[in-house]
Amino acid sequence: MARSLLEVERLGIEFNTRRGTLVAVDGISFEIEEGEVFGVVGESGAGKSLTGQAIIGLLEPPGRISSGRIYLNGKRIDQLPYEELRRIRGKKIGMIFQDPLTSLNPLYTIGKQLIETILTHLPLSHKEARQRALKLLTEVGIPAPDKRIDHYPHQFSGGMRQRVVIALALCADPSLVIADEPTTALDVSIQAQIIALLKRLCEEKGTAVMLITHDMGVIAEICDRVAVMYAGRLVEIGPVAQVVKFPQHPYSQGLMGSIPSLRRRVRRLTQIDGAMPRLNEIPPGCAFHPRCKHSFDRCHKERPKLVETSTTKVACWLYGN
Amino acid sequence: MRGVEGLHGAIRRFFDSDLWYSFTRSKVTVLAALVTLAFILAAIFAPLIAPHDPFDPASLDLMDAFTPPAWYPEGTTEFLLGTDDQGRDLLSTILYGSRISLFVGFASMLFAMVVGVSLGLISGYIGGPIDAVLMRIADVQISFPAILIAMLVDGVARGILPTQRHEALAIWVMVFSIGISNWVHFARTVRGSTMVEKNKEYVQAARVIGRSRPTIMFQHILPNVMGPVLVIATIGLAVAILTEATLSYLGVGVPPTKPSLGTLIRIGQSFLFAGEWWIVIFPGAALATLVLAVNLLGDWLRDALNPKLR
Amino acid sequence: MIALIIRRLFQSFVVMLAVALVAFSLFRYVGDPVSQMVGQETSIADRERLREELGLNDPIIVQFSRFVLNSLQGKFGISFRLGRPVKELIAERLPATLELSLVAALFSLAVGIPMGVYTGLYPHRYLSKFFQAISLIGISLPTFLIGILLILIFGVILGWLPTFGRGEVVKLGWWSTGLLTVSGWKAIIMPAFTLGMFQLTLIMRLVRSEMMEVLRADFIKFARARGLSNRAINFGHALKNTLVPVITITGLQLGSIIAFAIITETVFQWPGMGLLFLQSIQFADIPVMSTYLILIAFFFVLINMIVDILYHIVDPRLRAEGAVV
Repeated sequence: MARSLLEVERLGIEFNTRRGTLVAVDGISFEIEEGEVFGVVGESGAGKSLTGQAIIGLLEPPGRISSGRIYLNGKRIDQLPYEELRRIRGKKIGMIFQDPLTSLNPLYTIGKQLIETILTHLPLSHKEARQRALKLLTEVGIPAPDKRIDHYPHQFSGGMRQRVVIALALCADPSLVIADEPTTALDVSIQAQIIALLKRLCEEKGTAVMLITHDMGVIAEICDRVAVMYAGRLVEIGPVAQVVKFPQHPYSQGLMGSIPSLRRRVRRLTQIDGAMPRLNEIPPGCAFHPRCKHSFDRCHKERPKLVETSTTKVACWLYGN
Repeated sequence: MRGVEGLHGAIRRFFDSDLWYSFTRSKVTVLAALVTLAFILAAIFAPLIAPHDPFDPASLDLMDAFTPPAWYPEGTTEFLLGTDDQGRDLLSTILYGSRISLFVGFASMLFAMVVGVSLGLISGYIGGPIDAVLMRIADVQISFPAILIAMLVDGVARGILPTQRHEALAIWVMVFSIGISNWVHFARTVRGSTMVEKNKEYVQAARVIGRSRPTIMFQHILPNVMGPVLVIATIGLAVAILTEATLSYLGVGVPPTKPSLGTLIRIGQSFLFAGEWWIVIFPGAALATLVLAVNLLGDWLRDALNPKLR
Repeated sequence: MIALIIRRLFQSFVVMLAVALVAFSLFRYVGDPVSQMVGQETSIADRERLREELGLNDPIIVQFSRFVLNSLQGKFGISFRLGRPVKELIAERLPATLELSLVAALFSLAVGIPMGVYTGLYPHRYLSKFFQAISLIGISLPTFLIGILLILIFGVILGWLPTFGRGEVVKLGWWSTGLLTVSGWKAIIMPAFTLGMFQLTLIMRLVRSEMMEVLRADFIKFARARGLSNRAINFGHALKNTLVPVITITGLQLGSIIAFAIITETVFQWPGMGLLFLQSIQFADIPVMSTYLILIAFFFVLINMIVDILYHIVDPRLRAEGAVV
């Protein structure tokens, strides 16, 4: 059986605190195929970013992987020693963070930061690395790159800086890029450009993208498949067309109801009443049941498993079993 | 009735708080708190527990001078830690000396706090030219070490006051000079936090309902900027005690008739070469222990109130 | 860069003027300069003539200008206590203080920065905890006590090092240096260690907390996510970013070393300016006090300027055209 690019199996992430252990991510599984754009969506605190950090091995203490396995190209990576994992970061898996303003070292020119990263992963001379950096800057749409390469981050605008960040994430041709809310900190007018750029570049290079966001609009626009997370659990996963148009889980339905659309005439955007539970107050059974209009007895007691429906996989007692 | 319940609630909240939790978790901090408390109690009750009264010249006998500690063959149990060159019992003098050190420390720290916090609030809340002038003064002053400022103030006081008056007022001159040399830290911190707080909604709400400026500053903003002030005050206490000891050691502090720990060390240093080490070492150890304990408390408080650093 | 230097020069000028005003007020209003200079038996008429000669009856602004002009020419008046020109007294003692401060500063930087970096990078290692403990003791033990303990151990008990003075000095023009003789070096070890110890702990704690702060920054996280080596992250990205605040505070600290030298000089009877200042306080010798104040302020202003310039070399954000400083 051909293995996927990335496989995550029953990943669990926990925090040890003085008030006991908090389960932030609770046994989620998914895989990402070569060249695919995979979206992970959910409210803040749902565990999306933690999942991304866990894959690249950068969970910050006291957070830790408590269970599960992560495979890259069929090779298990969640237990690798630090040095080996470091060689994977940037080389096989690139990462883009939320805030381009703070992602770049203010005291180094962008050229130095690019060249440093390229030389870490690729067997090139300094001159070749600079050539490659220039090419990357051109690709991400920085005008006059031969001049800009020697500029410092503060001399760039927010959108331009995020382009530099993308160039940095892609500079060793990784096979997967994890983009954690890459446009949240940017002006709305620039968000679309950055998303389009990311999509185009990854298509050209055949790079898979794991796009973490709370913005359903962005998901609908560029993703191939999407996973919906709620309170550290995966509630629905499937092709984007299905999840967006025919969401099965009541939570996904709520999320999709909140996307404004130009085509459909909807009188009012729907909203989900209530708030996601805090990690120390996750209810028994289905975590969503206190906010769910359809909840019944079983939802309060038993936790639903992901089951295959005609369109997506969904964890809800309304479907099957 | 409500007041009592409020108090109980406050106490319960305190013992349930993260602050108390992190306090009980750190054995070193608990020990430091106990040591500090012991020093404070010893200082308050010095007249009751000290075996002799070192400030009473009539009770001194020069024949007792340079008695070594009790465990030496020449020592006596009457003077557990030995005596100094005047025949003063060292243990009693250390107890009384800690009293002076702690008093000057607390008083000057409080003085610095009141001045610094008030000016910081005014500077941060009102801003404009007042702020500019105050902060310029602070800038200039902070570039001079506190000890130098304290020495200058002390020197000026000596120039202005007649010798007799100066002797009598020496302790208050110390409190003033140490206090005035330390207000800047309070003022800067409070100013910074005030500038953040004053744009928050509760302040604007208070302004909208027509509260006066002083009310807003001292009743609404002040409680919200007290966290860092507490940290600075604790570390400031240690610094003030050290400054007092240093000034006294240098001979510009309290008069030698009422020796503080620093004065004792100054006196003792002359006899170090003759082998009478105890006159330096015991007061030195007491001073170092006290300052170390207060510093440990300050360090802990800073980490506990600044969750980012944990 | 030039604009910066000019602006800084102007600011320094204002600070110096303010300090001069304080020194002048000391000089003019604390005690009566005339009665300090003459004996009890001088007649009132003589005193009045002296007042006139000294210009003490001129308008204050004239007196102040004269004070500033005189100070610029090095005419700082005559010590009440020693009856010699303050300029001479200071010139004799300046080299001792500056050499001591310099050696102490180098020592505290050379040891404090590596210790701070280490404890910042590896806060949970035993060696870090040991350094932390040392630093806490370092700020809790008063400087003079450290000095006395050193004297007791290395001077009295072991007899290895001299307990007071500068040892043999060599004259280089008007400058007398102890750094060219073996006994001079022996004599400076304990005082420099004592003086540097407090600064060392401050520098170590500062570097440590800045290092820990920077290591939490987003750009460090991003650097890790790019797979850069720990070496490049810790000693390149992180260390360089801690430099800016470290330079500032270290600069200020080094300035205060000269003032803290007062204590060390007293403990070791080091014949420097600090000892002179201390004696002048005990005798309310105002001309020496105000001159010392002006001199210290001058060193501060000088150090501050150097710090600012270093700042601009390290941080490109400040170098940018039109950047607000």
